Amino acid sequence: MDQSRHKLFDSVLGGLLLIGMVVALYMAFLGAPREQTMGDLQRIFYFHVPSGMMGLAAFIVNCYASLMYLIKKDRKWDSLALSAAEVGVVFFTIVLVTGPIWAKPVWFVWWTWSPRLTSSLVLWMLYLAYMLVRNYVPDPERRAMMSAVFAIVAIVDAPIVFFSIRWWRDMHPSAMLETGGLSPAMWPAFLTCIAAFLILLIYLIRRRYFLESARLEAERLARLADLAR
Amino acid sequence: MLGKIWAVFQKDLLIELRTKDSLNAMLFFGIVVLVVFNFALESTRDTIRQAVPGVLWVAFVFSGTLGLNRMFASEKENSCLQGLLMVPMDRGIIYLGKTLAAAVFMLIAEGVIFVFSLVFFNLTVWAEIPYLILVFFIGTLGFTAVGTLLSAIAVNTRMREVLLPLILFPVVLPILVNAVEATGIILNTADYRALKLPLTIMTTFTIVFATLAYLLFDFVLED
Amino acid sequence: MIEVRGLAKYFGRFSALRDLHISVPQGQFIALFGRNGAGKTTFLRILAGLSRPSAGAVLVHSAKPGSQGAREVIGYLSHNTALYLDLTALENLRFYARLLDLPALGADLEDRIARVGLAGRAREPVRNYSRGMQQRLAIARAFLHDPGVLLLDEPFTGLDREGTEFLQNYLSESRARNKTCLMAIHDAPLGYALSDRLVVIERGVVALDLPRQSVTLDEFQGRYRALTEER
Repeated sequence: MDQSRHKLFDSVLGGLLLIGMVVALYMAFLGAPREQTMGDLQRIFYFHVPSGMMGLAAFIVNCYASLMYLIKKDRKWDSLALSAAEVGVVFFTIVLVTGPIWAKPVWFVWWTWSPRLTSSLVLWMLYLAYMLVRNYVPDPERRAMMSAVFAIVAIVDAPIVFFSIRWWRDMHPSAMLETGGLSPAMWPAFLTCIAAFLILLIYLIRRRYFLESARLEAERLARLADLAR
Repeated sequence: MLGKIWAVFQKDLLIELRTKDSLNAMLFFGIVVLVVFNFALESTRDTIRQAVPGVLWVAFVFSGTLGLNRMFASEKENSCLQGLLMVPMDRGIIYLGKTLAAAVFMLIAEGVIFVFSLVFFNLTVWAEIPYLILVFFIGTLGFTAVGTLLSAIAVNTRMREVLLPLILFPVVLPILVNAVEATGIILNTADYRALKLPLTIMTTFTIVFATLAYLLFDFVLED
Repeated sequence: MIEVRGLAKYFGRFSALRDLHISVPQGQFIALFGRNGAGKTTFLRILAGLSRPSAGAVLVHSAKPGSQGAREVIGYLSHNTALYLDLTALENLRFYARLLDLPALGADLEDRIARVGLAGRAREPVRNYSRGMQQRLAIARAFLHDPGVLLLDEPFTGLDREGTEFLQNYLSESRARNKTCLMAIHDAPLGYALSDRLVVIERGVVALDLPRQSVTLDEFQGRYRALTEER
């Protein structure tokens, strides 16, 4: 697709996103029934869990793009990896912020060290480490290479991390159990939120990717300008 | 190929035995960590045995990170790595040799730190020692398997060695969690059968990451 | 032989090499000239396989630089000695001999150390050596496997008298044995004397490429000056 078609697609996507978010908000706050034990606080679930899912999805996109970069050595894959990583950080930050907000009133602690929350924390740290690596390598090609390698280490690490934390939790059980169960009436709201967040994910990654592509192009033009001197 | 891995390993060992730069720093730092924890945990003197596994592994990991930092810093001097890259051999051999060297240094440091911890925390262990050695060994191998790769990355950044702990610790969390649990199981319960799971996870981690790092190492060294 | 087509190397916005073409037949000795930052070091590093090209095709003895085959025939000597300061000369060479699958016979290595004028100091840590001594040992190390293609980056800069003599002899010997050599050099008279072909790299491309016999030293220096001064 060329530039103008991209712009059109993004405008449509943006419109869809707006509608989707409004519907999702309505469904989460008004459409879905009130939960028995936790009351309205439980509604945070509709944002907490989809954010986690999208963060994970972004993680997978990052790793796929990193692998492709190592194989093809084409910078556009690196741009995609970076975009996915940045968006992923945002989603995981949402998870890490909504988690304590939910936990405090229910269990009177800010942090529960539950498998889901802890794994999100570790994945969030892995993302940040990825950003740190990127930040401190000056040469663009090398930066792409190093961060791609780290991204692959991270994705291989993630399941082992999750499993280890789960097992550790089994060894040291806690009374604070997060609800995983949803009554049938809640599913429409849940699915709507997932859909809205998915559109958000795609939209944000696309916008960031095109920004990065523009930067690559500027770099290329600067090189050409340099040659003309 | 094994001979070359051994050559790389021997070379690092020889340099270290001669200068003792790394080992001294690692030992000193590890023991300092023990001392600091002693003061930090004074109020829990009765139950300190519970905290020992965590304290030990924190000391090990900090000490090990110091050693890993030195791994490639010494190659940067005079661009020695460049000479290694010109040799017509699989570059993963450099990785394996260095991982072995890092593991050996770390194990030596761990041994000494552990003995100090026995003294500082008034522990008596005899029957537990073979099991502890097993856990230390696998945990260290897993740590250095990833650590060597990440050290090679960190040393090529502007922040150099300072970056290593930041990118390493989240990645080696599984090793840490399982090693501390396993050490705790050995020291505080005698339920050796419960060791099976953590040891399996640690071994899997080590094999998976050693293989992955071996394959990815070339990409890190390219310019 | 070495084939280079359309070689480009950039670091972000900065182009070190733009569109470099050169063909080097086996046995040719090239003196590579150019200002600082003109791209000589980058070019040599790419040929050695230490740096990946951004674009273009490079073949050394029909192999890609950095591949196993290429590394077997290339010897690279840069300004960095790649010597372990805490090991002795003998230990340094023995280490490399083992990696290169060469018979690490003590006598053979000691002989090589003697040839660069370091006999009697072979068992001292390299840290104790002077700069010139280290450079001499670096030459022994870089060419331990008797490579057919020699890549040297300013090898005479900072080299002491003994070392200069040794290197000149070594290069003459290599020339007689039909080895290929690309040497980046500042000293025009020396480069002129040692080579078959004079190449000037300016702003990332080959700006001047002459057989040595076609110009006198003065003519060459004049043209080189004109080339690098024009703006």
